[in-house]
Amino acid sequence: MNPSIGKGSMSTASSSVAWKAADVVPEQFPAGLRVLVVDDDPTCLVILEKMLRTCLYEVTKCNRAEIALSLLRENKNGFDIVISDVHMPDMDGFKLLERIGLEMDLPVIMMSADDGKNVVMKGVTHGACDYLIKPVRIEALRNIWQHVVRKRKNEWKDVEQSGSVEDGDRQQKPSEDVDYSSSANEGNWKSSKKRKDEEEDAEERDDTSTLKKPRVVWSVELHQQFVAAVNQLGIDKAVPKKILELMNVPGLTRENVASHLQKYRLYLRRLSGVSQHQNGLNNSFMSPQEAPFGPMSSLGGLDLQTLGVSCQLPAQSLATLQAAGLGRSTTKSGIQMPLVDQRNIFSFENPKLRFGEGQQQHLSNSKPINLLHGIPTTMEPKQLATLHQSAQSLGSLNMQVNAHGGQSSSLLMQMAQPQSRGQILNESTGSHVPRHPSSIGQPIMSNGIAGGVIGRNGISDNGRGTGYNQVPPTSSMLSFPMNHTTELTVNSFPLGSTPGISSVASKGSFHEEVSSEMKGSTGFLASYDIFNDLHQHKTQDWELQNVGLHFDASQNANPIQGNLEVSPSVLVHQGYSSSQRNGQNRNASPLGRGMFSGLDGTEQRNTQNAGQHLNNNLLIDNSVRVKAERIPDASSQTTLFPEHFGQEDLMSALLKQQQGGIEPAETEFDFDGYSMDNIPV
Amino acid sequence: MERNQMHRQVSVMRQSLFDQGYLDEQFIQLEELQDDANPNFVEEVVTLYYRDSSRLILSIDQALERNPLDFNKLDTYMHQFKGSSTSIGAKKVKAECTQFREYCKAGNGEGCMRTFQQVKKEYTILKRKLEAYFQQARQVGPSETACRPRN
Repeated sequence: MNPSIGKGSMSTASSSVAWKAADVVPEQFPAGLRVLVVDDDPTCLVILEKMLRTCLYEVTKCNRAEIALSLLRENKNGFDIVISDVHMPDMDGFKLLERIGLEMDLPVIMMSADDGKNVVMKGVTHGACDYLIKPVRIEALRNIWQHVVRKRKNEWKDVEQSGSVEDGDRQQKPSEDVDYSSSANEGNWKSSKKRKDEEEDAEERDDTSTLKKPRVVWSVELHQQFVAAVNQLGIDKAVPKKILELMNVPGLTRENVASHLQKYRLYLRRLSGVSQHQNGLNNSFMSPQEAPFGPMSSLGGLDLQTLGVSCQLPAQSLATLQAAGLGRSTTKSGIQMPLVDQRNIFSFENPKLRFGEGQQQHLSNSKPINLLHGIPTTMEPKQLATLHQSAQSLGSLNMQVNAHGGQSSSLLMQMAQPQSRGQILNESTGSHVPRHPSSIGQPIMSNGIAGGVIGRNGISDNGRGTGYNQVPPTSSMLSFPMNHTTELTVNSFPLGSTPGISSVASKGSFHEEVSSEMKGSTGFLASYDIFNDLHQHKTQDWELQNVGLHFDASQNANPIQGNLEVSPSVLVHQGYSSSQRNGQNRNASPLGRGMFSGLDGTEQRNTQNAGQHLNNNLLIDNSVRVKAERIPDASSQTTLFPEHFGQEDLMSALLKQQQGGIEPAETEFDFDGYSMDNIPV
Repeated sequence: MERNQMHRQVSVMRQSLFDQGYLDEQFIQLEELQDDANPNFVEEVVTLYYRDSSRLILSIDQALERNPLDFNKLDTYMHQFKGSSTSIGAKKVKAECTQFREYCKAGNGEGCMRTFQQVKKEYTILKRKLEAYFQQARQVGPSETACRPRN
């Protein structure tokens, strides 16, 4: 064995790098693909192992999901793909799927003897990259490598898109990344190589490893480290290289830091000059619909994180919100997740949404629904209205959430209307989500709408009755699509989610997915986990979904409420994970969205639980809140959207609402107050 | 000659298992996985199956004695059992399992119990047949088995 396999791989890496760049698969590939098989049935496990070995894959078998997770966690880059059974005694296969997606972002194939449409659909929505029906034939296993390549490819593309700043670098020195990955993976590779005892294998593995750009998940902790480093250096002087040094996180590349920094900067700008820069920001963020979500997503993700983090930092205005919302979120994730009870977000409509199996539950449920109250529903009434509209389309999810999501809804609403949607989202999240909305407005709008719509739908279903649900969320949401992914992450999600969202609204089940997605996002910072679920389910919508989800989360004030908080992180995660999962979505990475959603979610969540909260929350989240009554004036937050929404009365109403005075009828739907109808669906 | 005879005997045995519907295509998949590195792969898997599934059978039996019957639990157990049986190609066993699950969904306790008796019966018959088959196949010799004609 070549002791310096690692190094050797490096050099090989350069060739592999080249390979990577060219997206060419090394010759030995897919042989040596590292597969983890999880199934509680020993007979099946043995058979699968043999089949995979016959395909020349490297197999690790495992009969318990928990063991699988710990294996994956210990060897972050030790596996290329996971195959898991659906029905397992200790943990549901879909749950495992979510977790893997969130934490490791590996492609996961589900399998089961159950070929019912619902189950297969569940696999799709949870983000599985494939679904095999048992008994599995070897032919079905021969081609699983395609999922690995696809995911990496998308990841790569995503990275390229998001790391615009670093693009040059990236291209110039893919090897650098590779090296990073290599160094990060070296340990794994080396050990795996040793096992193989073949340099060739090692190289091949190396290649595959390098080919696979490890996705960086900006967890709350990581983001906090990042922020600390930035603050230490001074925001003006903070350059990726120095930040990277300060952070001293192995495996993190300068490129990762650079793109994250970019998002962070945008986020900060949004915070400070929400209104003014909105457009500007929006443009930058949102760039035209075409703008790949990728960048956005990355931003989104970042934003969320940033938001989450930033929320904590500055947040005077947010403080209230944060306190309220975060209380929950922090508890949960420690991140300031705004109310993101992801669950709530998703569950906004129905408990079914619960995407994350109650992950969010804890977040949101316990916490004060009115998280949003504190949050300045800066969303101006107009904005809220917009949100409403969007929310409506979404399905009034937001509306429901009204209570907390006042802002969020507004955001969502906004989303629908490309204007400040993002803001709305921000608003709701107020505390959490950097209210970039202003800038994001546009982008967010789309997303927001989606989200809002979803939210709306969700909400309406809940019974708020705003009736917005009718609004074809999808349409509005779709319009926004992801382009905006810019800040509002939420936005982006809605877009994606639109498909989901619309369905969500009407179909609680969909919400689940959306919510799950949203949940992730809403959780902003916190819950990547939530994302797991989210991503999964919609590959493309993933981004949309995230957005949508966020909205929903906030909007829906899902009972779970926990969702929102999660979103930010989730979003980010989603962005990434989705890419992996779906391999495609990455671009859209609702990260940004996530953030928003998270906020919204939190806000919303509150609303859901309590009609009263609605006022507060709804206002924040949902544009629907437009009702102004609700819009809790999260003082700082609300200002975010002021421009976009322009609905002064709405804003004020929202602000006033804070406490649950929400006019149940109106506020709930959030849309009522505002012409949801206007939402360009 | 005798070898050939034995070999033919093994072939016939094997073929009848398919013809009579005891085994299906999946069994062939297992056979194809068998190679020089794992010359007794199929037998090993079948042994593993019988060992593992016996506890499932026990669980189901116990569950069927409960009153009232927990159909969800029964269905879950049976789902697992069916999955295993399917993976080795136990065709008749699988068919009975499917029937059992139908009764579970319908909440038909009587039907479940009756069907489960069938499940156990098929399960046992197959076990005996396979044991005999493997024994013969081993006698013929690994090289022979490796050359077994595939259907």
